[in-house]
Amino acid sequence: MCHPPPAVREDESVGWSWGGQELGPDECMNGLDLVSHSQITRLYSRFTSLDKGENGTLSREDFQRIPELAINPLGDRIINAFFPEGEDQVNFRGFMRTLAHFRPIEDNEKSKDVNGPEPLNSRSNKLHFAFRLYDLDKDDKISRDELLQVLRMMVGVNISDEQLGSIADRTIQEADQDGDSAISFTEFVKVLEKVDVEQKMSIRFLH
Amino acid sequence: MSGRGAPGPRCGLLLALLLALGALPRARGVEEQSGGASQGFQVVSFKWHHVKDPYIIALWILVASLAKIGFHLSHKVTSVVPESALLIVLGLVLGGIVWAADHIASFTLTPTVFFFYLLPPIVLDAGYFMPNRLFFGNLGTILLYAVVGTVWNAATTGLSLYGVFLSGLMGDLKVGLLDFLLFGSLIAAVDPVAVLAVFEEVHVNEVLFIIVFGESLLNDAVTVVLYNVFESFVTLGGDKVTGVDCVKGIVSFFVVSLGGTLVGVVFAFLLSLVTRFTKHVRIIEPGFVFVISYLSYLTSEMLSLSAILAITFCGICCQKYVKANISEQSATTVRYTMKMLASGAETIIFMFLGISAVNPRIWKWNTAFVLLTLVFISVYRAIGVVLQTWVLNRYRMVQLEIIDQVVMSYGGLRGAVAFALVVLLDEQKVKERNLFVSTTIIVVFFTVVFQGLTIKPLVQWLKVKRSQHREPKLNEKLHGRAFDHILSAIEDISGQIGHNYLRDKWSNFDRKFLSKILMRRSAQKSRDRILNVFHELNLKDAISYVAEGERRGSLAFIRSPSTDNMVNVDFSTPRPSTVEASVSYLLRENVSAVCLDMQSLEQRRRSIRDTEDMATHHTLQQYLYKPRQEYKHLYSRHELTPNEDEKQDKEIFHRTMRKRLESFKSAKLGINQNKKAAKLYKRERAQKRRNSSIPNGKLPMESPVHNFTIKEKDPEEAPDYGAEMGGGIEFLANVTQDTTATDSPSGIDNPVFSPDEDLSTLSRVPPWLSPGETVVPSQRARVQIPCSPGNFHRLAPFRLSSKSVDSFLQADAPEEQPRTTLPESTHM
Repeated sequence: MCHPPPAVREDESVGWSWGGQELGPDECMNGLDLVSHSQITRLYSRFTSLDKGENGTLSREDFQRIPELAINPLGDRIINAFFPEGEDQVNFRGFMRTLAHFRPIEDNEKSKDVNGPEPLNSRSNKLHFAFRLYDLDKDDKISRDELLQVLRMMVGVNISDEQLGSIADRTIQEADQDGDSAISFTEFVKVLEKVDVEQKMSIRFLH
Repeated sequence: MSGRGAPGPRCGLLLALLLALGALPRARGVEEQSGGASQGFQVVSFKWHHVKDPYIIALWILVASLAKIGFHLSHKVTSVVPESALLIVLGLVLGGIVWAADHIASFTLTPTVFFFYLLPPIVLDAGYFMPNRLFFGNLGTILLYAVVGTVWNAATTGLSLYGVFLSGLMGDLKVGLLDFLLFGSLIAAVDPVAVLAVFEEVHVNEVLFIIVFGESLLNDAVTVVLYNVFESFVTLGGDKVTGVDCVKGIVSFFVVSLGGTLVGVVFAFLLSLVTRFTKHVRIIEPGFVFVISYLSYLTSEMLSLSAILAITFCGICCQKYVKANISEQSATTVRYTMKMLASGAETIIFMFLGISAVNPRIWKWNTAFVLLTLVFISVYRAIGVVLQTWVLNRYRMVQLEIIDQVVMSYGGLRGAVAFALVVLLDEQKVKERNLFVSTTIIVVFFTVVFQGLTIKPLVQWLKVKRSQHREPKLNEKLHGRAFDHILSAIEDISGQIGHNYLRDKWSNFDRKFLSKILMRRSAQKSRDRILNVFHELNLKDAISYVAEGERRGSLAFIRSPSTDNMVNVDFSTPRPSTVEASVSYLLRENVSAVCLDMQSLEQRRRSIRDTEDMATHHTLQQYLYKPRQEYKHLYSRHELTPNEDEKQDKEIFHRTMRKRLESFKSAKLGINQNKKAAKLYKRERAQKRRNSSIPNGKLPMESPVHNFTIKEKDPEEAPDYGAEMGGGIEFLANVTQDTTATDSPSGIDNPVFSPDEDLSTLSRVPPWLSPGETVVPSQRARVQIPCSPGNFHRLAPFRLSSKSVDSFLQADAPEEQPRTTLPESTHM
């Protein structure tokens, strides 16, 4: 188990992946460079306070105990995003890895590392995080059904299925470029190109 | 304001100001005249003094408005020089003329008029259209600039001026430290009117705009308190000021600011609640918005709280609920009226600032004082901005760059608030009042004219990120919402209380309690933004559909000059059709009596005219009906019983049939049965002759019902008719405005969702056929299907299936010869 405060590293060898990381105490902060020391300490204490089983990992139940998440329409999807595929435990490293998506992009980062692996908080990775919330079957496409599910979660019960269906159709049609009636990640990025994702998917204190 | 010289409570304060010594030479002459001939009954009497006050006010407003038209005649000038600067210059010229004629400054901007009548509309407009999310997202920053920044400006400017005064550079002035601080406090505040006027033309990015603008609004509390405190200190005399007074001053700041805000919020609550129950009095609905907001302003003024804060927060807090509650038409009315009042007030303010400056009595020049004031306010503003930004950037996610800071410093414009405050000073207490007044005028002119003129090039030169308007996208809306949810979830998980957490909490609270209390039930259902965007997009599709058809020439009749005549149907509210679809709406929304009356009046008038002058009215008539028919799909809100609807349809039908019969006869038989009619329908016949040259010699004949439905996008088609067209506005409001909700569940009554409309229109056709026995059914063979832009698959099939084009309607556009008929209208 890793304990904070581990040294903040420049090692970016692990590219972005959906959590398929090996555990190792020395790798704790891999990919989380630039997260400030105090933030890591603080988040670690949050991590341990969430960890009711006190086994150094968080389970889905631990997340579900957070009352606000229960009323967040996307709560369960977001909880799932913390867990590597097929696993139901997440350690501190995985926890931080997910949170690192929401670190604001700082000015000095924009220029550097053109060749290096993309940092977790890049625009593309932020978008990918959101994309994955839709893409349940992980085929890199948001199908009509997947979109409809998310829509249903987000727009309350007053809207008829038919109406929702046409919204979904319309949304897909707006983004769809290759005519496969689904939104691929490329199309997803394209349709949101004017949106200031760097800003809208960042939280100030995570730097 | 209607009291003409009524001696009662000074409702004519504005008048008083405008008239002052009442001394238009002409006016005096008139009075003498009317005094001379006072015996007996006079058929005509000239009573200038009777109307003088309101007359002059109206004239000034007219002059200001005409000036605005004048400026915009030349696009070159207005694109370089801000309107506010032009107005000041115009004011100077006009002031000069008045002075030359009279040698008395009869017209000045008095504080009373400014604070009671001119300022509230501007601030209300600002609050009501405040982008709330942006505003609250940057609230911390705004508050820091507004409070700390203003205090800093006031203190440093006042103290520095005092320091220079002690050095003797200004010569001999009868002022003390407190006078300087008083002056500093009134000159320190960035002015909302000036900032709005200048920044609206510059289009800097929204974060920058909201920070400068928000600061200018919220610093009012600070200004009021500082001004009051120092004014009372000056009155008291410098040596009698105790520490207790200073503490009182600080306490009063919190009371004034928080109290003002509270008053605003309370009135916003009240206003939202009231608009929830205005369903049956739609006509006066918009009035509530203005009256209650204004009351919030007056109330806090009465309690000596910050009135600007009150009305700002009233607007900010009520906007969501009011927009959801009031009808589409009312929302549009509120929008336009508010903009009109605000823009009018702004125009008058700047013009009178110019006029007020032409008054030798108030001028007292002191070069050192004036120049140093200019230097100090600019320098200290810049220093203040840099210092505060340095602090803020440690806490802000979106950093404020150097460039932003430059614009923020440079955008610190002073304006009419400072002028009104300085004019309020009592010469008995503040000995150098005139010096302060002249300096304030110079400062205001300098910032508005010089900085206003140069800020645009500066922004371009610095390459400040501009704001860009773009079309709403369903994806952006939808995913943007998802982002919000994600962020608040992440904040919850990481245990931080941040913006997203608070916003999420608030929106939950709003949904659970506030909306339930303050919103109509129907509005609660349909207020989802995603739905609204969807609805807007559908409407846009419909527009582009018609536009495309137009481009192809197949729907050419749609645009016709007679759409202008739709002014006549301003009061006719959307009519539900006889079809089943609208029954539910009839049940849900009661018919408003007021509207109905208007409607029947309109109806009667029309039928009278009809008999009088069938010919000239004929074409017009057809166009007059259109909009109502058309609205039935989109807003089947209230009114008009099915009976009337039918009557109208029948009317149209009969007319059409008569016309067709005639033209058929004339075309077929080659003779004019009815010479009169022939004359009257000359134009149509030109058209018909062409029709008769169609190979099979038959006249196209379609149901008018179809015609109307196909024209239903007409008003949207011509959005530039804008204000003149009631119908147009309604549509525009829906297309462009981001109302949070509409009364009718948006999207549901969109034609897209009512394919059954199709059937009902078809079924309504047969009654039509009865009088037209002799008319051969039109040919249906030639079909040119209007092209549909690829991106609205759902609209297209529906349109194609039920709409046809009546070539008779093309009488107004004979140059185009569309022959779009529909294959499936075989019921005829």
